[in-house]
Amino acid sequence: MLEVESVTRRYGGLVANDAISFHVEAGEILGVIGPNGAGKSTLFELISGFERPDAGDVRFQGRSIVGLRPDRINRLGIVRTFQKLKPFAQMTVEENVMVGVLQHTARVRAARDEALAALEFVGLLDRRRVPAHGLSTGQRKRLELARAMSTRPRLMLLDEVTGGVDQRSIGGLIELVARLRGEGMTVVLIEHNMQVLMSLADRVLALQLGRKIAEGTPQAVRSNREVIESYLGTAYA
Amino acid sequence: MAAVAPGPGASAALAAARAEPVRAPLSARQRAGLGLLAVALLVYPHVFDSPYAQHILVMIFIYGLAAQGWNVLAGYCGQISLGQAVYFGIGAYCAAFPYVQWGLSPWLGMVAGVGVSVTVAILIGLPTFRLRGHYFAIATLVIGEIAYTLVANWEYVGAATGVWIPIGRESPWLTLQFHDSKLPNYYIALSFLSAATALVAWMERSKLGLYFRAIREESDAARSLGVDLTRYKLVAISISAAFTALAGAQMAQYVLIIDPETVFPLLLSILIVLMTMLGGLGTLWGPVIGASVLFPLSELTRVWFGGTGGAEDLMIYGLLIVLISVYWPGGVISLLRRLAAR
Repeated sequence: MLEVESVTRRYGGLVANDAISFHVEAGEILGVIGPNGAGKSTLFELISGFERPDAGDVRFQGRSIVGLRPDRINRLGIVRTFQKLKPFAQMTVEENVMVGVLQHTARVRAARDEALAALEFVGLLDRRRVPAHGLSTGQRKRLELARAMSTRPRLMLLDEVTGGVDQRSIGGLIELVARLRGEGMTVVLIEHNMQVLMSLADRVLALQLGRKIAEGTPQAVRSNREVIESYLGTAYA
Repeated sequence: MAAVAPGPGASAALAAARAEPVRAPLSARQRAGLGLLAVALLVYPHVFDSPYAQHILVMIFIYGLAAQGWNVLAGYCGQISLGQAVYFGIGAYCAAFPYVQWGLSPWLGMVAGVGVSVTVAILIGLPTFRLRGHYFAIATLVIGEIAYTLVANWEYVGAATGVWIPIGRESPWLTLQFHDSKLPNYYIALSFLSAATALVAWMERSKLGLYFRAIREESDAARSLGVDLTRYKLVAISISAAFTALAGAQMAQYVLIIDPETVFPLLLSILIVLMTMLGGLGTLWGPVIGASVLFPLSELTRVWFGGTGGAEDLMIYGLLIVLISVYWPGGVISLLRRLAAR
């Protein structure tokens, strides 16, 4: 479904992504791990069109999407969420989700009805008339998911779904991602929590300092020597 | 993935939510208020039949329309333009100049003014919408000053002297000049403002309104959800320019003398901004309320300070901007809403 071919992105002297290649199969959940600064978010920026790679290619369903605007890429079927949440703060929860649906219909009523279904899916139906700034962090993460779903994507790039959320809320969010997969969604998931990835991901991609250091099943990646070094230091390897 | 199938558990709640109207319909009180306002505005010029009392309202309607234009771009779509006078001036000159030069009816000039101002707005928007935040505001400020300077030095359209519109001999409805009474001007200006306000009320509830507000709130998130930023900002600036040009065209035929100093100055751009902010930025009635408060106030300062309104006006406007943004960011309308909620 998605093929990333040796993409490179430099910021001045810093190489945020160094010739990274991987692919995503339809219906799978691919986890992306790596310490801070490994280049995980940059990778999402490149795929979703917010940044342009200096070299390499990104193909979605067989066609190159490098150089397309973010809104074009979204309408092709890729949606990304933001690590730093970006709700439309002054708009209601319902309106937040309607924005995504409206690329498929100009009819506000139809958009509202579809938005409500997405809100029920993520468990925010009863908060629909609240302005988004009135939500807790966990609820905002759910809103971000509902908004992403509302564009009817084929591929979701989820940046730290459980990041910054209190322990009690993590389980519910993980379950949501699992349910998305149950609906046939393809997901790439940036996640710090190895436990989360063990239960969710089919395969895991490990990055460090902009390079890919491992790729494979969660078990294989977790016991990979370089991965352990990058997380725990050489003494533990 | 197609539309999300509703989960098995809480489908009754979903059905109930879907049965609700998308927007709450107007309450009986709101409808009564609207009706009362309409009757009051229709009757006003017959009750207060002095030319000055009518003049004040005509000016409020015209400025209100210009401010409503700015409100669409800045209030709803979040693009703070400080050069709105450009469209006002274009509207005024397009109504006046072809009439003086070739006898073209100002009504056609008005249509031309909308066409020209929308074209200019798109030409301004295409490069400047690449800029973010304050840089867009600064760019439009500079463009406003350039437009002023260009027109003030353009001999063909009268340069700094401007355009003096001769008394029309044809039917007043053709020339849009009414010398016996201000009533036609009053009702024409009221109609334009009402139509524009109705259009914005419709826009608020449409796809366009949601997209505009999404762009204002978080433009990156809007892009990630499929909103073509440039395209929708251009739609916003086009509506904005059209409204303000219509206001300028009416002003030309109403005062019959236009020059760069009255229809293109920075002061006018600031006045338009201030009216909207004072009334309530990004609200339907904000620009109308703001114009209703600020135009009479500017008349008063004219009486107090005399002269044609130079630095004193600016000082007062500057002070107002500071006071509003610090103490009253919601504008007059937020106060009215709080009172109504009691």
